[in-house]
Amino acid sequence: MSFDAEMREALVTFTIESMELLQTMEEGLLNVEADEDPSEQINAIFRAAHTIKGSAGLFGLNHIVAFTHVVESVLDSLRDGKISVSADLIAALLPCCDHIALLIDDVVNGQVTEDLAHTAAGQLLLRELEVFLTGETHKTLVTSNDDHQEKVEAMGGGGTVDSGNWHLSLRFGPDTLREGMDPLSFIRYLSTLGDIVHLTTICTAIPAEEQMDAETCYLGFEIELKSQASKADIENVFEFVRDSSTIRILPMESGIDDFIALIRDLPEDDRYLGELLVNIGAITQQELEEALNQQKSGQEQNQEIDINQSAPRIGEILVDLQAVQQPIINAALEKQKQNKDKKNAENQSIRVDAERLDKLIDLVGELVISGAGVNLRSLISSDDTLKEQTSDLMRLIEEVRDSALQLRMVPIGTTFSRFQRVVRDVSKELGKEIELVISGGETEVDKSIVEKISDPLMHLVRNSMDHGIEPAELRIERGKPARGILRLNAYHASGNIVIEVSDDGGGLNKQRILEKAIERGLIEVNAQLSDQDIYALIFEPGFSTAQQLSNISGRGVGMDVVKRNVTALRGSIEVDSQLGIGATMRIYLPLTLAIIDGFLIGVGQSTFVIPLDRISECLALPSDTNNHEYIDLRGEVLPLIRLRSLFEISGDIPARENVVVVEFAGNKTGFIVDELLGEFQTVIKPLSKLFTHIKGVAGSTILGTGKVALILDVTTLIELATRRNQAIPKTVNPA
Amino acid sequence: MHSLAIEDELTIFTAAEQKKHLLAFLQTDNELEINLANVSEIDTAGLQILILLKREAASNHKKISFVMHSKAVLEILELANLTTLFGDQVVLAND
Repeated sequence: MSFDAEMREALVTFTIESMELLQTMEEGLLNVEADEDPSEQINAIFRAAHTIKGSAGLFGLNHIVAFTHVVESVLDSLRDGKISVSADLIAALLPCCDHIALLIDDVVNGQVTEDLAHTAAGQLLLRELEVFLTGETHKTLVTSNDDHQEKVEAMGGGGTVDSGNWHLSLRFGPDTLREGMDPLSFIRYLSTLGDIVHLTTICTAIPAEEQMDAETCYLGFEIELKSQASKADIENVFEFVRDSSTIRILPMESGIDDFIALIRDLPEDDRYLGELLVNIGAITQQELEEALNQQKSGQEQNQEIDINQSAPRIGEILVDLQAVQQPIINAALEKQKQNKDKKNAENQSIRVDAERLDKLIDLVGELVISGAGVNLRSLISSDDTLKEQTSDLMRLIEEVRDSALQLRMVPIGTTFSRFQRVVRDVSKELGKEIELVISGGETEVDKSIVEKISDPLMHLVRNSMDHGIEPAELRIERGKPARGILRLNAYHASGNIVIEVSDDGGGLNKQRILEKAIERGLIEVNAQLSDQDIYALIFEPGFSTAQQLSNISGRGVGMDVVKRNVTALRGSIEVDSQLGIGATMRIYLPLTLAIIDGFLIGVGQSTFVIPLDRISECLALPSDTNNHEYIDLRGEVLPLIRLRSLFEISGDIPARENVVVVEFAGNKTGFIVDELLGEFQTVIKPLSKLFTHIKGVAGSTILGTGKVALILDVTTLIELATRRNQAIPKTVNPA
Repeated sequence: MHSLAIEDELTIFTAAEQKKHLLAFLQTDNELEINLANVSEIDTAGLQILILLKREAASNHKKISFVMHSKAVLEILELANLTTLFGDQVVLAND
């Protein structure tokens, strides 16, 4: 099969869309059991499968069509209420979703023909589905052979699946034959657009023998057509006879749902009903014009009678003309009303290449930098107008930056809902009953972060399920409900997004962690560690307290990877645990990776940037510290880091030094600096690989002056300070 | 039983002629047979005539059967889904 560039592009869209649809299917399947009125969900699942099958057919991916077809048939019986939702059914359908994803993945990898190994696997899955199909279809399936095409056709006999989606009502004009056109040839041509499921020739119009003119056309046809073609395409078949003949093309009952769904899915803008209908293909432009003409002439007549009695509505006329059925009009009208109701609640989306978006963000970053440069110059200048205009410009740049970053923000909910499936599968595997509770799914976070966080989250979720939540017997013994609860939560906190994975299981066993850590030589035998530090040990490489290994977790691979991944995102992770009650893993991540609001500080000749959202306050360094490494901040110990000595900066210590108090995850630390230079919007430039081992520096940025400033990694610096100040008592008594 | 073989195409070009011819043939007997083996071409106009013949025969209580359908005729009957309506045993002509 050879694909030209255009085809390949379309294929890419197909794969992306199919993957999204599969996601919808999976979510639907997972929710359908819990739903009180699952019909909407079932419809959504069916539509997803239907669309995948249809699109796959367009690309001639027959193996996908064949497989999806069976899934679709089962879903169809489900939709018709022939079978009901059951755990078994869901359990049989979910692997089918996976299998379709696998097949589409093959397409992504350039394999457009069927893989025999996958086909065999698919057969097994389909056999699982067979029990849900009854009657004829069932028998056909049992004797399933290797030829999918045959199977699909055989299954068509089952009924519902092969009903057409268009009803065509054709009455050819009397002069059609004389004009040199043969109605049957139109039907022959029509059959190239789709399958003619049923056709009835209407010959009642043929008059008695004497009156019958052999050259006059008397025939009409009622046709049920199954086709992916649009209404306009079908109408075009009859282009040459449209004027003299009566051609009505109606979506069939099964298609009405699709149309109504289409109408609801239309982008929310205010349109005329007619255009709305044309837009989705329920009627064609010609039909609209015809109806509009009727409306107009109706109006003219009516004007004489009663001006207030409005002309027939366009919807009514269209139904009269048999262009559309009432339900479609109703749906369109509802949509029209909705549009008026919430014009502002736009919910449109455009698919944009991620690369273009990155480019835009990059450019905005550069804009921010040069904007800062201009601003700096203007402040020195004595031109007041320039200053004013620059400040305007800066405000705009800030807005552009914010909205550009907003573009990349996606709700984390989609990532979370993926875990429904994981929890379901793993809990089955482990034989534990576990419920997943999701909250904060609407919390938005940078797309690149969302992508990278899903693996670490997976580890944490599996870990909690395996080690955290106890087996049911043990839970009952401990007086807890047999069903364990796993929570995923997300929220924003001081410029961070916080993602929590918590369980109501046994919690972390401090004693065992300590024993293990000593055994592995990670800590000294009599080391004094805070709870936090003990819990942090589980993120050390090769650390696992699980008494027995399972294939899910416990090999000690994972938690250290989690930590590494999170750290790579400039985030951090902490653990809260109460023995016997449960544990919470909390991941802190920056909202975005690209641009930060920074605070400029000067030490000697060097300039540093501290992320503004980490700073809680600035104060002058009291003169009586006596070079202690901590000060008393309103009764609390504030460990200090002298940046001058940390980064070995030479130069004289100024008479007055300042302390920048930074806070992270409840820990405060003070940085001793020379100068406070003020806020600075900045773009993070990653350090080259050579410098990645340097601790305490998160990146660099270019100042308006063209100088390079290092961005401090507050998290690691705080860790450094707290570790160094382990021995200091938690509170100092005011002297 | 009278039998008639249609020796020409059954299209718009011959329809008027054929109609006259065939209706006249209808009067000849109460049991009729029309051989379609040599109908090389047939279109909607031709189909209309066949339908008309069938109907006229029925209303006059005559028995008419179409035999030896040519491929062209079969194709068009199938397309119009009239094979069953015509109710004849469809026997293929030997080509």
